[in-house]
Amino acid sequence: MNSLTNKLLGGKEGIYALGLLAAIIFIAFPLTLDLFRLGLVGKYITYAFVAIGLVLLWGNGGILSLGQGMFFGLGGYAMAMFLKLEASDPISTKIQTTPGIPDFMDWNQLTALPWFWEPFHSFTFTLIAIVAVPAIVAYIIGVAMFKRRVGGVYFSIITQAITLILSILIIGQQGYTGGVNGMTDLKTLLGWDIRTDSAKYILYYVNGILLFGCIFVSRYIMTSKFGMLLLAMRDKEDRVRFSGYDVSSFKIFIYCVAAVISAIGGAMFTLQVGFMSPSFVGIVPSIEMVIFAAVGGRMSLIGAVYGTLLVNFGKTMFSESYPDLWLFLMGGLFIAVVMFFPNGLAGEYNKIKKKIPFLRKIAGIDSVEKAGDASATEKAATEVVEVKVDETATDGKSGLESKGATT
Amino acid sequence: MFGYSIADISNILVMQGFAGLSLFSVLLLMALGLAIIFGQMGVINMAHGEFMAIGAYTTVLFSNFAVKLDIVQSYFVFAIIAAFIVAFIVGYVVEYALIRHLYKRPLDTLLATWGLSLIMQQIFRSSFGAKEVSATLPEWLLGSFKPTEDIDIPINGVFVMVLAAVVTAGVFIFMYRSRWGLRMRATVQNRVMAGAVGINTKMVDRVTFALGCGIAGVAGAAFTTIASTGPTTGSLYIVDSFMVVVFGGAASLIGTIASAFGIAQAQSILQFFMTSSMGKVATLLTIVVILMMKPEGLFSTKVRK
Amino acid sequence: MSNTDFVLAIEDLTVSFDGFKAVDNLIMYIEKNELRVVIGPNGAGKTTVLDLICGKTKSTSGSIKFKNQELTELAEHEIVRAGVGRKFQNPSIYENLTVYQNLEVSYPVGRNVWGSLTFKRTAEVEERVRQVAREILLEDFLDMESALLSHGQKQWLEIGMLLMQEPELLMLDEPVAGMSAKERDQTAELLNRICKNRSVIVIEHDMEFVKKIAHKVTVLHQGKILAEGSMDKVQHDEKVIEVYLGH
Repeated sequence: MNSLTNKLLGGKEGIYALGLLAAIIFIAFPLTLDLFRLGLVGKYITYAFVAIGLVLLWGNGGILSLGQGMFFGLGGYAMAMFLKLEASDPISTKIQTTPGIPDFMDWNQLTALPWFWEPFHSFTFTLIAIVAVPAIVAYIIGVAMFKRRVGGVYFSIITQAITLILSILIIGQQGYTGGVNGMTDLKTLLGWDIRTDSAKYILYYVNGILLFGCIFVSRYIMTSKFGMLLLAMRDKEDRVRFSGYDVSSFKIFIYCVAAVISAIGGAMFTLQVGFMSPSFVGIVPSIEMVIFAAVGGRMSLIGAVYGTLLVNFGKTMFSESYPDLWLFLMGGLFIAVVMFFPNGLAGEYNKIKKKIPFLRKIAGIDSVEKAGDASATEKAATEVVEVKVDETATDGKSGLESKGATT
Repeated sequence: MFGYSIADISNILVMQGFAGLSLFSVLLLMALGLAIIFGQMGVINMAHGEFMAIGAYTTVLFSNFAVKLDIVQSYFVFAIIAAFIVAFIVGYVVEYALIRHLYKRPLDTLLATWGLSLIMQQIFRSSFGAKEVSATLPEWLLGSFKPTEDIDIPINGVFVMVLAAVVTAGVFIFMYRSRWGLRMRATVQNRVMAGAVGINTKMVDRVTFALGCGIAGVAGAAFTTIASTGPTTGSLYIVDSFMVVVFGGAASLIGTIASAFGIAQAQSILQFFMTSSMGKVATLLTIVVILMMKPEGLFSTKVRK
Repeated sequence: MSNTDFVLAIEDLTVSFDGFKAVDNLIMYIEKNELRVVIGPNGAGKTTVLDLICGKTKSTSGSIKFKNQELTELAEHEIVRAGVGRKFQNPSIYENLTVYQNLEVSYPVGRNVWGSLTFKRTAEVEERVRQVAREILLEDFLDMESALLSHGQKQWLEIGMLLMQEPELLMLDEPVAGMSAKERDQTAELLNRICKNRSVIVIEHDMEFVKKIAHKVTVLHQGKILAEGSMDKVQHDEKVIEVYLGH
């Protein structure tokens, strides 16, 4: 196996972890769940894109954006605009005052399509916009903030305010955006009906494949020198700066990457769910997506996927049967993750695997080589200084046990 | 402009300006508490809005009792004090149970306090219902007075403003004239040294946090005079209050006052000429753009690092 | 001798914080291969001078020329790339990376986003890391997480991270703080070795240590130069004695 593939797969343990996740997403869920439930899972997986972006940005880079819902929304709305235009052909909208424009525009007394809607007639443009618009927005915000060394909680608060602006704007400008209801009744993609059972299965698989694509891209970044620099920056930003690196350009880049990954999730959300609305854009969804990543383990890409699925399953279950309890649980989850499980599921896994021979074997804990790249990650996962020294004393070789933290 | 005469415009400006002053007062009270917690301790308290709601609900409870006991005319002052005390106590407990473990992890504090805010919202919903409730106000708070024919100034607005002024003055005196304030500022500037000269820095943290929460409680009491309270009332104000604090320069109380004034006025006047949501967008956008150009806020000093 | 022959030429450098002049009209020249030690009481402005040179603090007025290039206009990372390395007062290393990774990250290739994404650990990098690790006596600790190093070893590691970049001017802020006597001796040897082909500025309080390494000593007081010259000369300077003992 050459070194690049090895890096992307994450070694032996990484292959097992990826394989397991792939088996769950591509085989177990489609076989065991009915189409409605599978649709829910597909929806959750689109959130996992955001969580993966947050693993890069927050877990590795130490930059907590409370505005990732904004990028999810930008991607989702771009896709929705294309689908809405396709659904609003003059024939199916002939009962409107102005046929050929989306229904909500007609309700709001618009008589022509706004200029910024025009290019969304083109699918190519839409695909480019899904990636480019969030990247440009993130770039502008990133340049403005990181060049001036705005970081930490300031960055979080300001991204939150920007998200609020966007969601007020979407809700307030009904005629252009569909307002609080969002864009509904999306039907076809280039003539292909996205509401049929077969389309739902196909979109589910496309979604899953894209997710794995994003995991590989992210893992490439994390295992490159860039990834090491991200960790270094989170720890001692000044030292990185005074080692000749333009810290801001690294932060801008990772912010853009996280934005684009979130936007892809958003676009897939629209395709699978058939609508897009401001309730997936604002402050609350943005911060909830942070907790998905935190539950999975803020350093772990695969953990983030599990975290997202788990929290959302929980949410669906509880809000169906005990809606009152759900907020307590969600609030408790925020507190518990921060106070007791700062490394989330991935952290717990790394603790458990030392005790189970099979897991020890695939994680390579017993072998002597491989101390190399991954040793930093587990410790890095939290600012809490763990009792690492004791572990080292007993295990002999530091760093080995944390090999799996990048999974 | 927009088909209004000059006289109309000036009347609108005065009245909207005054509506802005009520908003300013509530924002200021919220932001003062935040400025103490965030500016002095560097802690982001996302549940700050819920502490305001605690104050508001406390006031509502008091008013319910007052109606039964027929003391509506005089209860309000006690309600304000009670709002402060209840929010202070809850803040004290929260600091002990949660915040103190997270001082070195500001981003995590943010998440944990967000979780706290969810829990508090649900507690409000379970105990007071999802509907908004309002306090029965004493008569002297109702009505308005008319300095000229076309201008109408509500008395509750004036009251809230006076309350905000009194609390602000109180905070200033406390911070800059009292021994507690001195200890607080000393702890902020050099924790180790403050500890070494015998200041119980942990106690200072706890009281500082609780004090900030207490002031949010007063904001809540003030809030009941201008609007009704629901479980999510606090969360509507949290972003605005953070913007006020950051915009003013986190460590500067003067900055907090100035920026609360500017933001509230801009929002209130813009909302008259545009739709309410666009007024808010325009205000927030302006703040964000200014903050991008001057991230340290309006009032900040150059320090030797 | 004209200014251009100096590695570093600081002229009329002033920085004030709200009117307080932390560095006041400072003039200082550093020659090639010179090891200069800057001493002075607390608050004399020693660290501020280093901050100014490496761009951490912006000067109010004056000029800092490094090999005839004006540094005051450059961004921090540009100053580093020009060839100035700086060690901080508290050892500033990446505690969650291994010693090897600490050194590797400091290797001056792949310094922009794209370069870092495509950076490969070649034999050349490997060789350089080992060579520097040998120099700073950490060769046996390459795979250890650097948080586990002793305080003195962390100081060495940070020096090593700077050596990776082969700077022409190396600035060290209190390099032997927290070190044992033996470690101090080893550090003195290290410094004497590494100043062979570069200039070094050291801030230090430990006079025994200063004696071992200094070519020339500059005494700072209230942002100004109080005395400059050989250790011997400076030690017997009336004003210096006054400042250190007089208060």
